[in-house]
Amino acid sequence: MEPTSNAFKENAHRALADANLQKALGMMRRGFPNKRATALARLPEFDALREQAKAIKDHVLENLDLYLEIFEQNVIAQGGQVHWCRTPQEARETVLAICSRLDAKTVTKGKSMIAEEMALNDYLEQHGVTPVETDLGEYIIQIRKEHPSHIIAPAIHLVKEQIAESFRQTHKGLDPARPLEEASALVAEARTVLRQKFLSADVGITGANFCVAETGSTVIVTNEGNGDLTQTVTKAHIVMASLEKLVPTLEDLSTLLRLLARSATGQEFSTYTTLSTGPRRADDTDGPGEYHVVFLDNGRSAMLGTEFQDMLRCIRCGACMNHCPVYGTVGGHAYGWVYPGPIGAVLTPTLLGVDKAGHLPNASTFCGRCESVCPMKIPLPRMMRHWREHEFERKLSPAPYRYGLKAWAFLATRPPLYRFTAAVASRVLGWIGAPHGRFRSLPLAGGWTQGRDLPAPEGRSFMSLWAERRKAGP
Amino acid sequence: MPAPPIRVGLFVTCLVDLFRPSVGFAAVKLLEAAGCAVDVPPTQTCCGQPAYNSGDRADAKAIARQVLDAFEAFDYVVVPSGSCGGMIRQHYLELFADESALLRRAQHLAERTYELVSFLADVLKLERVEARYDGVATYHDSCSGLRELGVKEQPRKLLRSVAGLRLEELPGAEICCGFGGTFCVKYPEISDRMVADKAADIAATGADTLLAGDMGCLLNMAGKLTRLGKPVRVRHVAEVLAGVAGETPPIGGAAAGRS
Repeated sequence: MEPTSNAFKENAHRALADANLQKALGMMRRGFPNKRATALARLPEFDALREQAKAIKDHVLENLDLYLEIFEQNVIAQGGQVHWCRTPQEARETVLAICSRLDAKTVTKGKSMIAEEMALNDYLEQHGVTPVETDLGEYIIQIRKEHPSHIIAPAIHLVKEQIAESFRQTHKGLDPARPLEEASALVAEARTVLRQKFLSADVGITGANFCVAETGSTVIVTNEGNGDLTQTVTKAHIVMASLEKLVPTLEDLSTLLRLLARSATGQEFSTYTTLSTGPRRADDTDGPGEYHVVFLDNGRSAMLGTEFQDMLRCIRCGACMNHCPVYGTVGGHAYGWVYPGPIGAVLTPTLLGVDKAGHLPNASTFCGRCESVCPMKIPLPRMMRHWREHEFERKLSPAPYRYGLKAWAFLATRPPLYRFTAAVASRVLGWIGAPHGRFRSLPLAGGWTQGRDLPAPEGRSFMSLWAERRKAGP
Repeated sequence: MPAPPIRVGLFVTCLVDLFRPSVGFAAVKLLEAAGCAVDVPPTQTCCGQPAYNSGDRADAKAIARQVLDAFEAFDYVVVPSGSCGGMIRQHYLELFADESALLRRAQHLAERTYELVSFLADVLKLERVEARYDGVATYHDSCSGLRELGVKEQPRKLLRSVAGLRLEELPGAEICCGFGGTFCVKYPEISDRMVADKAADIAATGADTLLAGDMGCLLNMAGKLTRLGKPVRVRHVAEVLAGVAGETPPIGGAAAGRS
């Protein structure tokens, strides 16, 4: 997808005016956090688990080459193949080559953010292969020709009336008068439509929540079971993964799984946790004919050893965006690329270049809620601040803002001048504002006073009053 | 022989200095009542957070060094703000991570620096205050105080000891009000929507007073509440704990809908 992260402000402006979106976000803002809090209340060892999980991923990142090689050896031993792709284009070509060799007309897809990152659907369509999304949320946005607005709930920006309308437009053969008011009716209809596609698909593509080095298994967690169907009844199962999905052992996997669903949806465990290890064997009753794991790097290996390495611990639970007040106000599409919210604020500048996504690390109040809920203890605000430092050094931030900051810093490093200026400013502003105690508008503060008043200063600076008190003696 | 008083340096913060000196004097009153000897070094200006959060490390460091110099001599440094307190306690350590001499001084400062209410409750072990405030108050947890410094129960505990005051919990009290320092300048439209949601939550509690521990958040929330005509008086928590709320109008002037 073409990034629109540089138009974040305009995107956000539209989002704020979108009544359906605001209704959907209103439900999300309290829904996810409440469910997570309930789940955590039943897991007193949550913080100890976080420490363990962090240690597991830190260890993997320090020894990534080793674990990637062990993983590959074990995939091969199980009869599968691993493909290493530096760029989205290499990954797209790799997937298409497999599909073409198998003469695939239709591929079913489970949810994969890596596939979003490489815009796989568009590419396959351009080359005569029809991708069918099977995750309900992904299916909805596919028929609406939209992109995911959330990494675990891709259609969270919609209300169910919009979904019903899209179903009526797309599912033409059905009774136009059928009731679609209830969410259950929408799910049932999608299930009926999709079931046929599963059976006729040639290739199944899924993502991977984890890749287990010791067994060569890939792991997906879902609530719909679509991922299982996607991979078992096809000629080939292609797994889209990124390098940092590696965990050393099944034991490590179980530690991370205990954190993932609780942090994401507040479930103790997702409905389905599926481990895929190689293609169908001779005595298996079902399973894919071939098994491929396609690793996309896309700049991740360059993050190793930098101030952004911690970001690679991310297990994509979405807790940071569920708790982000900015995400909760503007939604995921405003961020303009695959990863929204605090993840996007760090990852998008890293993967696309900060010149293409400079707004994102700035569009945070640094409230710290993302870091406080992150099961992997990723210091997201700190990394956003690193990006701001890069921008400041490269003079990418807006010039008036930089000059304003410099003028303020000039004062703040000269205490006597600062005291004088503060004393005058509080007198002048206090005097003008005195009649009402607040300003309805003020030059240079139009952004603030558009929607709120600016309280007026009391009229004297603290430092000047304190000096007087000192002079008067105790 | 009585123990010598605890020497406290008050870091006033730039917003209290400019907008609301009453908060500074309320802090002094609370600290003196608890037996501290308070001084206010004149060489302080700001904690440097605007520069730090804008990616301007050089200026942030210059300002932080100024704070290191100004507050070297005190037993404790007390700040009526969780945001500036968090800057000094946590982020100075990151600023000087690669400069060992300054890092040692920053660590020494960080260990002695406290947000006002947590200093009263956690260090001075204050159980109650002698103050009266007639009204129903709700309390907003400012983000840095809450998440960087663990300020949560301390203000509630002390507020419960204020005669005449009933505390009504604010749903979503831990959600950011949308101020965010430079955020409200760079993204005013988003900031405004966030504070609109916050104002709706505040109004829904039915409280006549909103309290918090950070001037930035207070200016933001007071400005939205007065613009919306909500009859809520907004004050820094120190004003109520010190019993000086009667001496000044609330932040943003008399609440709308009241005489």
